[in-house]
This record gives sequence, C-alpha cells and structure tokens, in this order.
Amino acid sequence: MRDFYGVTLPNALMLGTAQYPSPAVMEAAFRESGASVATVSLRREAGEGQGFWKIIQSLGVRILPNTAGCHSAKEAVTTARMARDLFETSWIKLEVIGHADTLQPDPFGLLDAAETLAADGFDVFPYTTEDQVLAQRLVDAGCHVLMPWGAPIGSGMGLNNRHGLRMLRAALPDIAMVIDAGLGLPSHAAEAMEMGFDAVLLNSAVAQAGDPAAMARGFALAVQAGGLAHGADPMGVRDMGVPSTPLLGRAWL
Amino acid sequence: MRIEVNGIARDVTATTVAGVLEELGWNDARVATALNGDFLPSSARAAQALRDGDRLEVLAPMQGG
Repeated sequence: MRDFYGVTLPNALMLGTAQYPSPAVMEAAFRESGASVATVSLRREAGEGQGFWKIIQSLGVRILPNTAGCHSAKEAVTTARMARDLFETSWIKLEVIGHADTLQPDPFGLLDAAETLAADGFDVFPYTTEDQVLAQRLVDAGCHVLMPWGAPIGSGMGLNNRHGLRMLRAALPDIAMVIDAGLGLPSHAAEAMEMGFDAVLLNSAVAQAGDPAAMARGFALAVQAGGLAHGADPMGVRDMGVPSTPLLGRAWL
Repeated sequence: MRIEVNGIARDVTATTVAGVLEELGWNDARVATALNGDFLPSSARAAQALRDGDRLEVLAPMQGG
C-alpha cells in the first residue's frame, strides 16, 4: 500500500473545511465522513481564526494546509513556510493557480515552488493536472505524492479525463495519488478509487449539499466501496453479452 | 511609528514584531507572520525590529479546501 510521506492513513477520504453553513454542520460532516485529513488555509487574522483553530483541533484529524489563492511560486512558497510555522506540519497542499476561470494549476510555477519546498524539507502534495510529463517532473523534484484534478475546483463534474487519469496512474505505480478537485457525487469518488487512486479530496460536494452530513457519509461509503473493488481485481469488459447461467443441462422445450 | 498591518495603517509604539503583536492583542494567538512580503518565523519575531512604513502580514488558520 502506498503511503503519504511515511504516513498510512486509516481511510482514503480527505475533506475540506470551507463553505459549510455553520461550524456545527462542518463538525457533523467530519464525523459522518470519518475523514482522516482536513485541509485548511491561512488568511489575514480578523478575529475568527483562533476559534476556527480550536474546532479543527477538536476534530482529531491530520491537518493539510493549502496555498489556495496563490498565483505565483513566490507567493506559494512564502505561504507554505507560514503554514509550516503555524500548523507545525511539513505537509503542504501546493496550489499555484494559473487561470482565474478554470483554476487550472500553473505547471511552471507549480514545479518551481515544488522544487524549492521539497529542498526545504516540505512534504509536498502538489495540486496538478493529469499531465504525465509534469507529474514526472514533480516526482523528480522530490514530490512523493501527487494530487491530480478530477475536474476544475468546485465544478462537481467528476473525472473529466478518465483516459488521462488511468494513464497517469499506470505511469507512476509507486507514487501515492489523491484525486483532488471537481468531484460532485460519491460515484465520482468510487470511480477514482476503482481506478487505483489512493485517496480523494473534496470539499464543495459535501459542504454545498443540502444535507452535508448525509453526503459526507455517502462519500465515505463510496470511497470504501471503490477501494474494495480495486483490491478485488475487477473483471474485464467485453463488447458482447456472455451468459452467466450455465448452458449445459438446459431443457429441450 | 506607522506601519501597515494586514493592509491597514496602524500607529504603534512597540519596535519589534513580537511587541506589535502583543500591542494589537495577538500575543497568545496562533498566527503566522510575513514582513514586507517575506516569511518571518515565529522564533524571529522578538528580535525583528520594525521601521516606519513596514508591511506586516498576520495570518491565522482559516477554512480551506
């Protein structure tokens, strides 16, 4: 089993902490999801940060700070260093956004920041695309985990490029990969796990559901189901029908 | 001395970053700091002198995806 910088997670679900109707709903969603990792960010202290931090600590999950909103390598590196100082973890979800509408990563800034941070002792979780060349370059830069997108952040479309994701999974068999961004339904998460990805990270799909706690439970079950299916070596796909009931012994009627 | 804290001009009497955090009520707060765009580790705040016009960023844990 692939680990995350030496850490074996109790389950394959990572959950964001943003956009919930209230802190109580967020806590309920975490309880129902059983998520083992919570993503958090850093923003200017305006009086809410300390209370939020107490809630996060009470969840009892591992913290994965992000560099969300950074559009340059320098911004992302500085934010990552501030995050390590604040959260006392070397884990960082590295986001360097390259396009305002698609929120697609800037591959050049991402690689630049990943090289700097990996050399500085960070455990980098780069938010990337399914691009294999970029993935290999990130691995060469010292990333042992990759976070390819399913679809643009917050879009809820699921896995936009199944072929590309399958190719990426097969190309780097030793690298732990988390499908991050774009998932909208538990079936999307199950599909990612069936394809052999190691975890999924989602936020909006749960936080923006009418009943976040119920949706969180749905994702938890889907992730578990998908992981079991992958481990069970699924049957091959055929173009034609093949009867499952034996033909031998069929009556002459 | 007038510095900028999180984008807002503030008149402060303290002369170090640690002093200013205390003056603004953040002495026990869990925050991360950057001075003039560069990361400033928490361990360096006490020794870090401030000058008129410095830009201090004080960041806290926040919701994120």
